[in-house]
Parts: sequence; structure tokens; C-alpha cells
Amino acid sequence: MSPQFFLLAATLAAAPVLTFAQNAANQGGLDPASLKQPLSESWPTYSGDYTGQRFSRLTQINRETVKNLTLNWTIEVRAAGPDGNGGGDGGGRGGRGGRGGNPGVARTIVGGKGTGDVFVGASNIKGTILQVDGILYVTAPDHAWAIDARDGQELWHYYWKTRGGTHIGSRGAGMWHNYLYFETPDNYLVALDARTGEERWSVEIASFDEQYFSTMAPMVIGNKVIAGTGNDLDRPGFVQAFDAETGKLLWKTYTVPMNPGDPGLETWPSLDAARHGGGQHWIPGVYDPDTNLYILGTGNPTPGYTGVGRKGDNLYTCSLIALDADTGKLKWHYQTSPHDTHDWDSAQTPILIDGEVNGQPRKLLSTASRNGYFFTVDRVTGKHVVTSKFGATTNWALGLRETGEPEPNPAKEAIIPGSLVSPVEGGVTNWQPPAYNPQTGLFYTQENNGFNLLYLTDPDPRGSMGLGGKERINVGQSRNAFQAIDYKTGKPAWRHEWPRGGGGGFGVLTSAGNVVFTGDGSGNLVAFDAQIGTLLWHTRIGNITNAPQTYLLDGKQHLLVAVGTRIFDFVLY
Amino acid sequence: MRLRKLLTTTALLAAGLAAPLGAQTPPAAAPATAAPAPARANPRATFPAQQRPPGDPVLIAKGKAIYEITCRACHGPDLRGGDIGGPNLLRSDIVLKDDHGELLEPIIKNGKSTPGVTLVMAPLPLSSDDIRAVAEYIHDVVSTARGQGAPPPGPPVVLNIVVGDAAAGQAYFAAKCSSCHSATGDLRGLATRIGDPKDLQNAWVNGLRSAAAPAKPTTVTVTEASGQRVEGVLVRVDDFSVVLTAADGRRRTIVRRGNVPRVEIHDPRDAHTDLLAVYTDKDIHNVTAYLTTLK
Repeated sequence: MSPQFFLLAATLAAAPVLTFAQNAANQGGLDPASLKQPLSESWPTYSGDYTGQRFSRLTQINRETVKNLTLNWTIEVRAAGPDGNGGGDGGGRGGRGGRGGNPGVARTIVGGKGTGDVFVGASNIKGTILQVDGILYVTAPDHAWAIDARDGQELWHYYWKTRGGTHIGSRGAGMWHNYLYFETPDNYLVALDARTGEERWSVEIASFDEQYFSTMAPMVIGNKVIAGTGNDLDRPGFVQAFDAETGKLLWKTYTVPMNPGDPGLETWPSLDAARHGGGQHWIPGVYDPDTNLYILGTGNPTPGYTGVGRKGDNLYTCSLIALDADTGKLKWHYQTSPHDTHDWDSAQTPILIDGEVNGQPRKLLSTASRNGYFFTVDRVTGKHVVTSKFGATTNWALGLRETGEPEPNPAKEAIIPGSLVSPVEGGVTNWQPPAYNPQTGLFYTQENNGFNLLYLTDPDPRGSMGLGGKERINVGQSRNAFQAIDYKTGKPAWRHEWPRGGGGGFGVLTSAGNVVFTGDGSGNLVAFDAQIGTLLWHTRIGNITNAPQTYLLDGKQHLLVAVGTRIFDFVLY
Repeated sequence: MRLRKLLTTTALLAAGLAAPLGAQTPPAAAPATAAPAPARANPRATFPAQQRPPGDPVLIAKGKAIYEITCRACHGPDLRGGDIGGPNLLRSDIVLKDDHGELLEPIIKNGKSTPGVTLVMAPLPLSSDDIRAVAEYIHDVVSTARGQGAPPPGPPVVLNIVVGDAAAGQAYFAAKCSSCHSATGDLRGLATRIGDPKDLQNAWVNGLRSAAAPAKPTTVTVTEASGQRVEGVLVRVDDFSVVLTAADGRRRTIVRRGNVPRVEIHDPRDAHTDLLAVYTDKDIHNVTAYLTTLK
């Protein structure tokens, strides 16, 4: 049968649903209150739940059964607009129609303000895939797809004609009732009807002229959608909340001082420096319903490598910040990288841990920072609990301050004759999410130990701009590893050194089955014993590009992961 | 056609096995294509300031002349801010949002004060046409900005990276390097082969992985439980298999189960890798100063 026939049939079948959708997108679907529940059968928000733990309570896949995982289906998403533009391989719609009994690709709904002819590069899946009621919601820059979780069939495809912007990634979608939200590289927050892919509204969330670009997975908290943006050109960072139904801006909080008298201004030489100081919010934070705090890690200060024009700690860049989710008001901060000069932003997803320190129950938050240091703080007050160095070769700090922040060594900044710095620009870890397993009490993260020779190429006393003014040469690699860190001490309970060439940036999943899934950097998806770190299973599907995820469908536990534009669904029969 | 091919190549590379640690930074741009120049100044530009079509050269030249006389003292010869304290125009939200001077005109004509900043910009006696020309010049400079917020390339700056003590470097070399290398043997004429001191420093710290001195291959010995050994050039290794090319040119993939078989890797660069965690920057600069004498 022809793809045209199916398109027609699909349109006819969808017609009554569309009518219904006009009225009821704000009812039914995903109840935002359910996001407060621990991760279980679905995967309804970026980290699965608000804790950032990426800990599933499912136990079918466990230390004994993981070796029986079977490929259920695999598909390649087509990151191309109807005209073949928009990155990917230009297959366009209908590009794989009929193959393997698959009745063609669903229709593409086109939105966006651009001409669609801007070069954007490849569109890999580098974010979380939502799974709600048996439907997967997948994003890549300028694209969103709904896919039947049972057989990998594409249900709809939404394509955003871009004006441009840095197309580095899309970290996923957020969901509220039947609304699906995602950000575009040219700074729109787009709300789709999750059932049809039709656009409900789109609002511009940052200035394209000012060279912001948006990659974050929107975070739904109650009836609000939190959005974040990125920027490399010395523009200030901010966090914004929008009304989930209308897209109206509810609050906007800058992450750097913007006005005379703003707190933190004393950590900058001038208001002008602060207002150009960066601190972008580009990876979703976590939410603590008990305190109503949205807690996130902010990006690097700018100019990135030449700190000469921004002497001081540069608050609130490279910091954990806790915002009141209703007002956006800053409640506490803890700076994990004072006066960063290496582009090691602290955007990594922190994790809420209900733990115990010195026999006392504590509400904690831990983060493994790109700069090679691991931190545990009190998540109610922001008070420091633990700092440890988890990057074996990390060499940029003189030591720790009394309150646990690493003290940067000025000699390890970019200098004319070159300084040998570890980690490399990409960091000991990066945006790829870590995981925490409350059964083992361990925090799981990659550990990358590369070296850069870092040269100052623009010794101008005014400093450079953006990430300019330096030359960065990779000069070698100590062995990379994977670590299970005790949040109470910051020390590894176990550490697996990857064979040479292995390791890198790979997200993590853990579960009550006491397994940990991640990528090994050598093309394998691997499973560890969460307790002791022995390898239990692997499959050579290529290096994963998002964090593995798990959910229950028809009574069976699935394992989902993406490699580039290809999605793999494994199941335990 | 060419662009499509590049797209495909990029996609394949990105989806392949060699995915590096992905930072929030764009992948390296593919080589520039030889496509005819379109309306845009830079077809690969992703932001408006770099996407705009080239301006009128006559107007730009006029604007530059006015800028040099009227604006340069405060905003600097390169627009990145001047000694008197005028802000950097290249990262100014007003400049970035301006199209053809419409946002700059009221500021230039009326002056500007900023809360919290003592410096005040005085009104300037420029005509609307002059302001339009200055705006075209500013936008022309901004359009040449490089990726990731880096400024336009300025005039070349010669920087001397050789700051070390050659005698101390020679002593370090004798202690740490001479078991593998010799100034009169393999490194004879090194500074002639690699003339640029920065290239030389990068190469030696890196273990001489350069065209001037291609690296020796990494070899591997695999010993089965039975004692049988297989040797060859390492292709790749992970926790589950080791791949080598044996002396007969055959590729062998050997499955690993924990420590069986035993896998021993011999990488001639290991000494360099191990030293990375040991060197001080001073050691590096001293050794570089010494090696630049090996003409």
C-alpha cells in the first residue's frame, strides 16, 4: 500500500480526536501532581522524577536477569523537515515508508519563524525521552516526535523552521496534562498538543539577537514551566517560569547581579562586568516539594577563559542556587567553582538525597561537578557538608576554602607559555546525568582525566570575549573511570577504570534491581552491579548519546537508550 | 550537493563510536565549502549579527572614519572598550539588537547614563547620516566575530612562549627523558623539524604524536589460560574484547571474560602519559626552552 493511503487514513482517523483536543489539552493527560511521586512505571519528566536520582523502583531487570535483556525494537528518527532541510540525513517524510512492515512515517507538522535554510548540522538525541501512557516523546534540535512505545511506530513529527542559533542539543521535553513543551535553538518555548503534535503556542524566551540559544528540557512544577537558555557571548544568565496553559511569563530571575545593590555584586569588579557575566541555566535542576525550592547548577562566567576583567568570585556563576518555585526568589547559593576560568560550568544535574550525617537524618543535595570536585550540601540551607576531589588528575585548585569551595590556582589559567590543566574543557563529567541509588547510598558518575595545554593568545588587559582568547591543545589522557561515590564522605566505594580509549560523557541510570547502566566509551551500553561494580551485561550498539531510561509497559520492564538518531528499546520477556 | 554530503558525514561521525565528552559547545565546523557566496555574509553563521548581508563598503568606510575621530577614544580601536571606560560595543545588547542605527541614534544624539556607572556618555554632534554610517561600520565589525562569542580576529600578536631555563630543562631531560630519547639521536635537529616552539611543546608533551615524528604503534600481548600467546598491534580494547592485527596482517578479535585471557598493552607513549600528572608547568617550560636549542 502506498504511504499516501496511510497518510490519508491516519488523517481521517485523527479528525475526531483533533476536535476533542481543542477543548481538553489542559485536562487529563499527565497530572502535574503526579510528578512528585518517585519514578516508577512511566518516565514523565527530565530526570524521571523531581529528585534527579534516576533511580527506578522497578526490579524485573536486576543483577540476575539483566543478562536476558532482548532487543524489542529499534528505529531511526528522521531529523529533517518536509523539504529535507533541518539536519540529519535529509530523508524527509516518507523516507522509510513500508520497510519491515512499518506503514511509513507519520505526517510532519511544521512551525517556526525561520526560512528553514540555515545550516544546523546533525540532530542527535542528547536528552531525556518522556514515556507517558505508552507514548514516547523524543526531541532533537528543531524536532519533536511522538512514538508508540510498544513497537517504535512514529505517531507524529513536529518540525520547527529555525532562524539559527547554536544547535548543540535538545535535552528533552516537559509535560503538563496534554501539553508537551520543548525549547528550540532560536529561543522559543513551544507547547504542542501531545496527542496530535499540533502547536498550541510558542513564546520567545530569550533574545536571538543577543545570541542566546536554548537547549534545556523544560521543567514542569505545578502549573508552571521552568525554562533555561544558553549563551556564549557575555550575556547574563537567567531562569524563567511560564504559565503552563498560556505561556505567560510568571517570573524571571537573573543569575548575575543586574542592578546597583544586587546581592553578589561585591564579587565583581563592576556592574558592567556582572551584567556580562554569564551563568546560564541550560540543564534542568531538581525540585524539593517540601521546601518548594527549585535547585539548579549555573553555567560558567564570561568571558570564559580570560578572567582579568572580572576579578572576584563572580556570583552566582558556577553555583548551586535554590529558587522559590513560586516567585523565583533566591533562597540560598553554594558556589562550586569560584572565579572559573576554564569553561567548567556547574550545570550538572544535582541530586536530592535523604540521608544521614553523623547519625542525624539530613535533607541533602549532591553534585559531581565538571571541575572534578564532588559536593554534598544541606538542601534546606545550602550549608556545606562534604567536598572531595573525584577527578584523579584534577590539578587546577590550590586547596579548599573553609567552607569547602575549591580555591582556584591563578597559575592554572590560560597563560602565554601554556599551563598544563586537568580536566580538559569538557570536564571530569559534563551535562550527562549522574544517578543515585538509595539502596546502596552511592552516587554514580563518569570520571574523565584528560589534559590540556592552555595558552593565552589574547593578553589584552580588557580580557577577551565569550570563549575566545585562548588556544587549547589536548595533550594526553590518563585512564578514565566510572565511580560510585559515598555521598557522606565523597570517597568512592568502588571505581571501575575503563580500558584505554574508554570513558567519556555518558549518562547513568540505576534501579532497585541493584544495577547501574551507562556507556563505556568503547561503543558498549553496559550494566554494573550497583553494590560492588562488577560488569554484568553489555551490548555493542555504539556510544550512547543520552542517559539510559527504564519503565514498565504491559507488565514488562523496558530499557530505552539512544545512539545518535537511533533509539533502542530492550525488554525482559 | 556538497552541503548535503557534509551533513551526512557529520551525522555519521556524530552517531559513530567515537563520541567525545559532549560539552555545551558546538561541534567543530566542517571545512568551508566552495559554494558561491549567497546573500548572507557568512552562510554558516547561526546568529543575526553574523547572518546579515554585507553592508555598503562606501558607507562602512565613512563610518570607520567617523568612529576613529569621534568614538574610538572611549570605545577602543577594536570596539572592545577603551581606556576612558566606554563599554565594549561588540557584546552590547543595544548594538546586537540594532538594525541600521535606529537604536544607536538616540544614544549618540542625547548621550547615555547607566545606573551604577559613574561614566556618562555626552551627546555627540553627529548627523543622522553620519550615525547611520557609524552603525554600518560597527555591524560590519561585529559580523566578523568568531564562534562561541569570540571577538573578531585582531591584528596578529606575536607571543613568545619560550620563557623557561634551557639549562634546567637539559638537566630535567637527562633525569627523566634520556632513557628513551637522545639529543644527538632521535631528537637530533628536533627544533628544525618542528620550527614553531608552541608546536614543539605540544608535540613533546603529547608524546611526539606529530607528522614530524610519527608515533610507534601500541602493541598487545594476549595470553590464554592455556599459556598460548597472541601478539600484535592493538586495534582497540574494551572490557569485553581485544582486537589486534597479528604479524601476518590478520585481524583477531579475542573475547575477554574478566582477567581471562591476560591482556598486556605496550604503549610507547605511556611514559609521557604518566608524566602528565607529575610535571610542573615550570618543568615543561624549561624542557621546551632546552628542546628549542636542538636545531
